[in-house]
Amino acid sequence: MFGAGGGTSSYQEIEEADLILLWGSNAREAHPIFFHHLLKGIDNGARMYCVDPRYTSSAQFSDVWVGIDVGTDIALANGIGREIIYAGLANQDFIDHSTQGFEAYAASVEPFTPDAVADICGIPAEVVVEMAHAYATADTAQILWTLGITEHHNAVDNVLSLCNLALLTGHVGRWGSGLVPLRGQNNVQGGGDMGAIPNKFPGFASVDDPDHRGRFEAAYGRELNPVPGWHLTLMFEAMERGDLRALYVIGENPADSEADVAHARAQMEGLDILVVQDILMTRTAEMADVVLPASVAWAESDGTVTSSERRVQRVRPAVSPPGQARHDIDILCDMAVAMGAELGPRDPEAAWDELRSLSAMHGGMAWERLEAAGGLQWPCPDEDHPGSVFLHGWLWADDLEGRDPAPFSVLEHEGPTEELSEEFPLRLTTGRALDSYNTGVQSGNYDSPLRFAGLDLNPTDAADLGIADGDRVRVSSPRGSVEMNVRLVSSLPTGLAFTTLHHPELIDVNVLTNPDWDPKSGTAEFKAAAVRVELVDAPETAGATVG
Amino acid sequence: MSPAVTETAVTIRVDGQEVAVPEGATILDACDAAGIDTPTICYGPTLTPVNVCRVCVVELDGSRALVPSCSRPAEEGMVVHTDSERVRHSRKMVIEFLATGVDVSQANELGQWAEHYGADPHRHVPGGETMNEPVRVQDNLYIRDYDKCVLCYRCVEACGDDAQHTYAISVAGRGFGARISTEFDVTLPDSACVYCGNCVAVCPTNALQFKTEFDLREEGDWRPEDQTVTQTVCSYCGVGCNLELHVQDNQIVKCTSPDDHDVTRGNLCIKGRFGWNYV
Repeated sequence: MFGAGGGTSSYQEIEEADLILLWGSNAREAHPIFFHHLLKGIDNGARMYCVDPRYTSSAQFSDVWVGIDVGTDIALANGIGREIIYAGLANQDFIDHSTQGFEAYAASVEPFTPDAVADICGIPAEVVVEMAHAYATADTAQILWTLGITEHHNAVDNVLSLCNLALLTGHVGRWGSGLVPLRGQNNVQGGGDMGAIPNKFPGFASVDDPDHRGRFEAAYGRELNPVPGWHLTLMFEAMERGDLRALYVIGENPADSEADVAHARAQMEGLDILVVQDILMTRTAEMADVVLPASVAWAESDGTVTSSERRVQRVRPAVSPPGQARHDIDILCDMAVAMGAELGPRDPEAAWDELRSLSAMHGGMAWERLEAAGGLQWPCPDEDHPGSVFLHGWLWADDLEGRDPAPFSVLEHEGPTEELSEEFPLRLTTGRALDSYNTGVQSGNYDSPLRFAGLDLNPTDAADLGIADGDRVRVSSPRGSVEMNVRLVSSLPTGLAFTTLHHPELIDVNVLTNPDWDPKSGTAEFKAAAVRVELVDAPETAGATVG
Repeated sequence: MSPAVTETAVTIRVDGQEVAVPEGATILDACDAAGIDTPTICYGPTLTPVNVCRVCVVELDGSRALVPSCSRPAEEGMVVHTDSERVRHSRKMVIEFLATGVDVSQANELGQWAEHYGADPHRHVPGGETMNEPVRVQDNLYIRDYDKCVLCYRCVEACGDDAQHTYAISVAGRGFGARISTEFDVTLPDSACVYCGNCVAVCPTNALQFKTEFDLREEGDWRPEDQTVTQTVCSYCGVGCNLELHVQDNQIVKCTSPDDHDVTRGNLCIKGRFGWNYV
């Protein structure tokens, strides 16, 4: 909504914030060292609200755990917005000067009274009021989120509902206040910044904008395709239609990570050719016609990655790659040669300089500056620029630096697409655990004493189903069934079941997950499936813990 | 564009040398600024001083007792002596007492200071006997060797308020029975430990030791002189933690994090610290 996709604030700011809204994030486990900065903030006196259906290890550090029902985030955000307006706590000067669309927004949140929100979200009405007042009256406030916001069929709307709150109160564009999506991978920010998204060139230049595209066409001396490409979800739909017949997968494991994964595997089986470039033999690689062994980007190669605070940092080779493994840059350049194109020197620094010439926000990040400074935060337009600690200071400039005011968004509450039913009466949500990472390709290889693979269930729900701690159960959704062992967790709300995606070799959890996806981001609703849990008659002796 | 930090300078005299440091800096900071090395054990650059080891003491004009330089703020006009007979004698005795009955063979810095001050830990217990406790090996990530522990509290601080806020360990017992312990002395896997290894990273004596290092030492194959250290960025999550990969014979053998990097301040989580062995 503000023009560039990145967290607005730096980690240091949360150490000095007065109020922290941790929303749909278990950062204590998924982003542990970021959580150290957050703990400094709490030690310095910040108040923290943790919005999460589960009482997570992050929530244990909060002043108030706001245990909303899965998928009701927009209702809560709209309710907070309404209360801020009704209490006269909206920052009217900021709204008048820096935003647009306030009247339509105010009208749209009208139905979300504290009582209505309490009904929808399953929390006390007083909590809605308290959060609204706490957020609006704090001097500095940070809203932080992760996949609890974005792994829904309305992911982008969820994000926009949080942005509305910042626009309402002026908690953005200045030191200490901001909006921060914590990134899940060490270079998911950098990948987007580099144009590894279907509708963007590097530096968030738009593929379908002739002026933007023209810069890249001039630099490369050829016309470029003006039509935005497909994101992953659209690719799978294209495979289903037969429009996509060849797939080249680099460092991703969709054969384990896609929602409704049995369906996704069937689509990949039907391809004419599947090429996988990876460091380990993933399930996706096992399905491939050709596997290109790659070096480990962060320990065997030179390059950069970009973190959740937009900090570009150098990665460096510590060991040499094994066997036939080659650097990604060499594989890609060879691939280009085979297609009749020469991409230039096979040198990370040269590639970086090429990027700097085309992406203004990276322009000042000379390679040797990255070496010396422990990284630089974009935008960093010239070599005298120190990098940007926070974004969107223009919102506070007298002339908005010539930009359009930031728009409010009008958003409807929808709830999860898959409603609970008699056949599937429990809500299954998925997430991450401290010691593991995504589909376990990397993290499955060390001996973690903390490792657990199984289903978390409230003791009351379990008792109703005749299930005891450690029992083996069959979990079924409209898409399939998976067996796993149960761990009773008394802090988990009734009606909710939880598991991780870390051990697909033991628990093929994405057989269960809901593939309904967000048309604006392509993300599937991993966080909300409807399931049934039944005791398996002949319990297997396999323990609940592995590793 | 962070808020302007106003720094008032404080000037003190260290061994006859005038040193200006920012307000709030310690005498130890002033010694560093003056280029004077100071022995420390319980102090760590990322930790709040707990003042238990007393090895960093200096003589301060006007003060009856020697003062710990790591925690005493520098005040305008202070006159400090770091190499007086009193200081040298005190540091020597402190090192001897700390090392008595303890295996300090892998506490490199302590050993160097012992030599510097002519300290002989065996003077008080001939033969250098220790309690001879078996090394506790309860998982594949790190070990605890109580014979090497000097009770400096650094691990407790890193596990607690100074970084991790897990509070899995504390000092239990009194006097001779004092020792670092999990709750009710349960095994690590049964304790609150989340295996970040931040305690191991701050241990000055190798009482806490990564299992990879321990195994290589057992095999007689731990060769720091043959190791390279490369700084890179962790592959798990998007926080951007900086790693120092210690490599021997093209194999990663240890993973640490730089103390002076603003993102990590020496700390890591279990994935970053231990999750590298697929490389």
